[in-house]
Amino acid sequence: MLSMSTNNLSYNDQGGSDSAVEVGQETTPTSSNAGAGFGLFSTNFKKNDDLKEMLESNKDSLKLDAMKRIIALIATGKNASELFPAVVKNVASKNIELKKLVYVYLVRYAEEQQDLALLSISTFQRALKDPNQLIRASALRVLSSIRVPIIVPIMMLAIKEAASDMSPYVRKTSAHAIQKLYSLDPDQKEHLIEVIDKLLKDKSTLVAGSVVMAFEEVCPDRIDLIHKNYRKLCNLLVDVEEWGQVVIITMLTRYARTQFTSPWKEDGLFDENSETAFYESDEKKTKNGDEKKSYMMDPDHRLLLRNTKPLLQSRNTAVVVSVAQLYWHLAPKHEVGVITKSLVRLLRSHREVQYVVLQNIATMSIQRKGMFEPYMKSFYVRSTDATHIKSLKLEILTSLANEANISTILREFQTYVKSQDKQFAAGTIQAIGRCATNISEVTDTCLQGLVLLLSNRDETVVAESVVVIKKLLQTQPTQHSDIIKHMAKLFDNIAVPMARASILWLMGEYCERVPQIAPDVLRKMAKSFTSEEDIVKLQTVNLAAKLYLTNSKQTKLLTQYILNLGKYDQNYDIRDRTRFIRQLIVPNEKSGALGKYARRILLAPKPAPVLESTYKDRDRYQLGTLSHTINTKASGYLELSDWPAVAPDQSVRNVEVIEPVKEWAPSLGKTGKSKLSKSSDDKFYSDSGEEEEKEKGSGSSSSDDSSSRSEESSSEAESDEEKSSSQSSEESDKSSSQSEKSSSESDSEQKKTTKKPPQKKTVKPTAKDSDSDENGNVAKETSSSSAEETSSGSESGSDADSHSGTECKKKTKSKAKPKVSGPAFVPEKRHDLLHRMTGKGLSAQYQFPRQPCLYQPTMVSVQISLTNTTDHPLEQIHIGDRGPTGLDMHCFNTVECLLPEASVTVSLGVDFNDSTQAANFQLCTKEDQFSVSIQPAVGELFLPATMTEQDFRKEQGKLLGMNESSATITMAAENTTRQPISRQVATVANLGVVPSGQDNIHRFAGKTASSGAVVLVTVELRESSAALITINTEKSVMGPMLLRDLKRALTRA
Amino acid sequence: MIHSLFLVNSSGDIFLEKHWKSVVSRSVCDYFFEAQERASEPENVPPVIPTPHHYLISVLRHRIYFVAVIQSEVPPLFVIEFLHRVVDTFQDYFGVCTEAAIKDNVVVVYELLEEMLDNGFPLATESNILKELIKPPTILRTVVNTITGSTNVGEQLPTGQLSVVPWRRTGVKYTNNEAYFDVVEEIDAIIDKSGSTITAEIQGVIDACVKLTGMPDLTLSFMNPRLLDDVSFHPCVRFKRWEAERILSFIPPDGNFRLLSYHVSSQNLVAIPVYVKHNITFREGSSQGRFELTLGPKQTMGKGVEAVLVSSQLPRGVLNTNLNPTQGTYTFDPVTKLLSWDVGKINPQKLPSLKGSMSLQAGASKPDENPTINIQFKIQQSALSGLKVNRLDMYGEKYKPFKGIKYMTKAGKFQALLSN
Repeated sequence: MLSMSTNNLSYNDQGGSDSAVEVGQETTPTSSNAGAGFGLFSTNFKKNDDLKEMLESNKDSLKLDAMKRIIALIATGKNASELFPAVVKNVASKNIELKKLVYVYLVRYAEEQQDLALLSISTFQRALKDPNQLIRASALRVLSSIRVPIIVPIMMLAIKEAASDMSPYVRKTSAHAIQKLYSLDPDQKEHLIEVIDKLLKDKSTLVAGSVVMAFEEVCPDRIDLIHKNYRKLCNLLVDVEEWGQVVIITMLTRYARTQFTSPWKEDGLFDENSETAFYESDEKKTKNGDEKKSYMMDPDHRLLLRNTKPLLQSRNTAVVVSVAQLYWHLAPKHEVGVITKSLVRLLRSHREVQYVVLQNIATMSIQRKGMFEPYMKSFYVRSTDATHIKSLKLEILTSLANEANISTILREFQTYVKSQDKQFAAGTIQAIGRCATNISEVTDTCLQGLVLLLSNRDETVVAESVVVIKKLLQTQPTQHSDIIKHMAKLFDNIAVPMARASILWLMGEYCERVPQIAPDVLRKMAKSFTSEEDIVKLQTVNLAAKLYLTNSKQTKLLTQYILNLGKYDQNYDIRDRTRFIRQLIVPNEKSGALGKYARRILLAPKPAPVLESTYKDRDRYQLGTLSHTINTKASGYLELSDWPAVAPDQSVRNVEVIEPVKEWAPSLGKTGKSKLSKSSDDKFYSDSGEEEEKEKGSGSSSSDDSSSRSEESSSEAESDEEKSSSQSSEESDKSSSQSEKSSSESDSEQKKTTKKPPQKKTVKPTAKDSDSDENGNVAKETSSSSAEETSSGSESGSDADSHSGTECKKKTKSKAKPKVSGPAFVPEKRHDLLHRMTGKGLSAQYQFPRQPCLYQPTMVSVQISLTNTTDHPLEQIHIGDRGPTGLDMHCFNTVECLLPEASVTVSLGVDFNDSTQAANFQLCTKEDQFSVSIQPAVGELFLPATMTEQDFRKEQGKLLGMNESSATITMAAENTTRQPISRQVATVANLGVVPSGQDNIHRFAGKTASSGAVVLVTVELRESSAALITINTEKSVMGPMLLRDLKRALTRA
Repeated sequence: MIHSLFLVNSSGDIFLEKHWKSVVSRSVCDYFFEAQERASEPENVPPVIPTPHHYLISVLRHRIYFVAVIQSEVPPLFVIEFLHRVVDTFQDYFGVCTEAAIKDNVVVVYELLEEMLDNGFPLATESNILKELIKPPTILRTVVNTITGSTNVGEQLPTGQLSVVPWRRTGVKYTNNEAYFDVVEEIDAIIDKSGSTITAEIQGVIDACVKLTGMPDLTLSFMNPRLLDDVSFHPCVRFKRWEAERILSFIPPDGNFRLLSYHVSSQNLVAIPVYVKHNITFREGSSQGRFELTLGPKQTMGKGVEAVLVSSQLPRGVLNTNLNPTQGTYTFDPVTKLLSWDVGKINPQKLPSLKGSMSLQAGASKPDENPTINIQFKIQQSALSGLKVNRLDMYGEKYKPFKGIKYMTKAGKFQALLSN
């Protein structure tokens, strides 16, 4: 009885245990079992009649088997809707796979079985309240996928609630749900926009992509919702998942075109010549800033360009192309070049990717040959390319052709003409024709080459040549009567209608240059007229008319014969044309007026056709879009607006939440710095502004290009201010990236510290802190220089390592700084440093007193107690060699003499650089030396901080996404109240307690000793001894390590 | 975004369909079949096909068309990239991506597709997360599942999706901790009839197989990082660090992944590892042609050229060939006119050659088409660009991993143009 009840209990409590229960059930023999179990092995042979029975059985394994077969039915497109009632009963199953399959089924058929689908709703509503975020999310996901109009209000409510859920994952799901609800009921638009507005403000990288997608789907015209979030989106972009990046970039492109003025004005729109010149000239030209004097780029515009650039390196081809189109549509002309290399790289990708990329390049290369000319060889056609790839490459090569490279291109074309793919060979001939018309130097060469092709054995090649030659001759008809004669000779051998028609047209047009041949050709045509294609017949009529006018003596009868044939032709076009020509040329009483002009009508000089690319005007569509690919407007395509003549109010993008300028400004400077690497920055500004400006420090903006960067420089100054103040006051929230930065520019650093604004004083919180002001600065200086010195060592490697991960995640920084407080708890635990056996009688133990280190604020203090267990005094105990990769340490003074049985406690400072790497050094006595190492637990690398709950929340808000790590644990029973939790946490890590308003949430705060990065720990108690531990810190390595330690401590009794 | 997905096999049957929004009738694929009929080769089907109400975007991999149905504007590459990810995932799960494999695992396929997209927008595409959600089928697990009735859906909810490093599973444990890196370079080149290089470029990748416990943080440095000026990274690589120090710093995904790919363009000098000497003549009016081909190594840095395979599409006029290889075997298919010669390893002392005569169609005139030959080869333990890994360090975990690095050069699209 007892065992029964426990069994039930566990069944109800945790889903995880049902497989065990099932196994138990499986062993009990029932009669239906054998038969149904057989189905497992013979899915294909059995009819589907038993499915219902299986679903209604009380065993999950049978149900699961049935569901799998049903899914297989759905997958092959067969109808399984009659099983709906049986399936939907299992929606609340505890077996996860079964439940998932039921969801798949439900979503597929809910639309057809609306009433029955409603039965499942309550299950989801319950799950929406589940403490587990993943369960909440999946419930919302399925609920919103059920396309049943009746539940719209329920969905709306669920979305609204989920949008303010704690978990970013649930919020992301709600963003997806918005689109689903909108497509189900567009009337909800207004309410949905409210939710979108709310979610757009979300700072999590998880949410950003999905909510922008929802924005694009529901209200793409509500640009005003973006203003306040523009800068945040730009800054988050690098960390958003790749699919979200594509959507955000596309949206921001559109946004930027409505908000900023054109950066192209000076360049002259699409002026190819000046463009190439600009291009080839050294990048230094930018530096001169001659163009920027008149045009000032909005700093937000620059921000966007700068933050998207690193994404050109993405492995996702869609991301690369979306950045490329952003640069194409938004960047100043001389900066667009950065995308070339990345686009060319994509040509190595799959066939389909090549196709789309080549299309985009084709459009670009028409306007900007210079961009792709150096990469011309990448567009050479390979025999293994698919036809549409070949023709695109041909297109691009033709666009790239100029006087300098035409000979190379033509040589390449010669090989193509011989290709076995005749379609492609014909395309090449057209391309040659285009080159010939575009570049007058080679027209003759091309023409001769084409004439040679007329003797080619392949008919398509010859026909295509004829057509192209015809077009070329029109441009300069005077010199080429021999070519026309040659073609007339070929006429008998050519069967392709288009080519025959072309020759006939040529004869007619230039009949006066070939007076002997033309009538003869007409004679031949008269014979074969009835068997010709329509297009040839039309041209025959044309030729006849023209000859009649110029040479009526020889051709009058022939013409009349042909006109008669035409009159009774089956095709009404030809009959019509014949009637028209007859009225026009044959004088009779009715056609008095027009007849006089017949000659002028038919033999008017005709302008030469312009051979141009089919990609000529593709750029009316935004590059990279579906509409661009298919060259028609796809449904839902959003037009890219023209640049506004006057920029709309820039201040709309300012975020004036709590700290009006400060909140935003540092983040601009900083994220700019961190997102974009230095070297690529250099590329932009060459060696001009960047360094110089930094030197100038607080916003004395340099005159030339800094106009565009004025906000940045001033913001840099802002952040500098903050930096110096935070640096000097020891409690600093200064980030690792800053310390790195400062180390690299320690010169300018010094300058700035002299310029510290008075405001700094007010920020300093306590007298004690201001004491350490000098110290702090000195310490900073030394530590940064030491970091530089040892930069080759692995120690700084690991240091920078932990930084680099977090750098790009830097968020805005507030002025609220946590104060360092005394330790909440000092663990008594001592660790062996040197055992007396190995130490020849000298034993040493160390412990962490958790006091701020007196020597340098970045160090962790360690107490070592030395004991002499020998019978003779030990002399000169000191620290010796620290090894090549030694950490920065402050040694204790040499202990001159330690008597037998005596012990002494010394203290030591070690700068662990915020890593748990052991400090290795040698402990020496007069005679011996022993290698020892201090291995800190991650928790010892912190200093506790006090802050208010409000500050805590604020800081936490800035450290989401990549900076957050969390885990759900089952707490040991003793640990469920405030005191034990605080004690356990304090034992593990040197953190301060943050007063909390809620009983079930416990917060702890601290900062890392070395770089002063904020570490926030939240322990949230859930029902039945479950707890969620969340750690927010930009130290992405320390976070998970601390999490692991905390987990261990809190689950342990 | 992506509305529906249809899988079409080479004989034109739809064998799987999945809808993420309301159901789209499979008759929409008729437009695709039309395009397929028009195309001479399977590769020539255009990737984007507009139809009156939908747009079809397809990719062809392993002779299966993956046709996505789109209803409104979306960047086509977004869809194409996603479809390729789907194929990669299938390959990852089932070893091969064939119609049979997909049909055998239709439930897993369906579960995967369900997780990968939500309402047509990609949700989880990282293989590490997917594997946490849905365990890949193995023979053992299938048997066990059958007997115990347990499932291949992960019992635990995936935490990866919420983690700071979404590409890595949590709680990874190995008894042997090892990290292997393969530097594989493919050289693409076109060599003209005189033996000079028309284009040559190198496409390199670093594929990794990392099986390390916990949350290791790796750094990989190169002897000559300068070579890598055109790279794309796995999202785990810290871009900032690369820009500043030219060091790859990353927390790796668990298992196999492509760390980075790079491109050494034709503007750099690329050493061509093999050369071809040939003499092919067709005489006008004669029914015989001479064929002579010799291969030799060139600039291989002392490494042997292996697994050499030469293939060439001979002109249509060639009826048959009678050739003698000094090594390896050759075949000629008189129907497709495809000549292929499996050479094996090139011995620099005794160069492999293929000599003999071709019989031509009687009365046919001299073929004017230019035969090209495609060459495949491998060079072990050498990266043609000269890229060398300096060292690999691990932080964040305490054990000592076993590290290995391997270099290999392969021919990509390596063509030599022959003259008549």
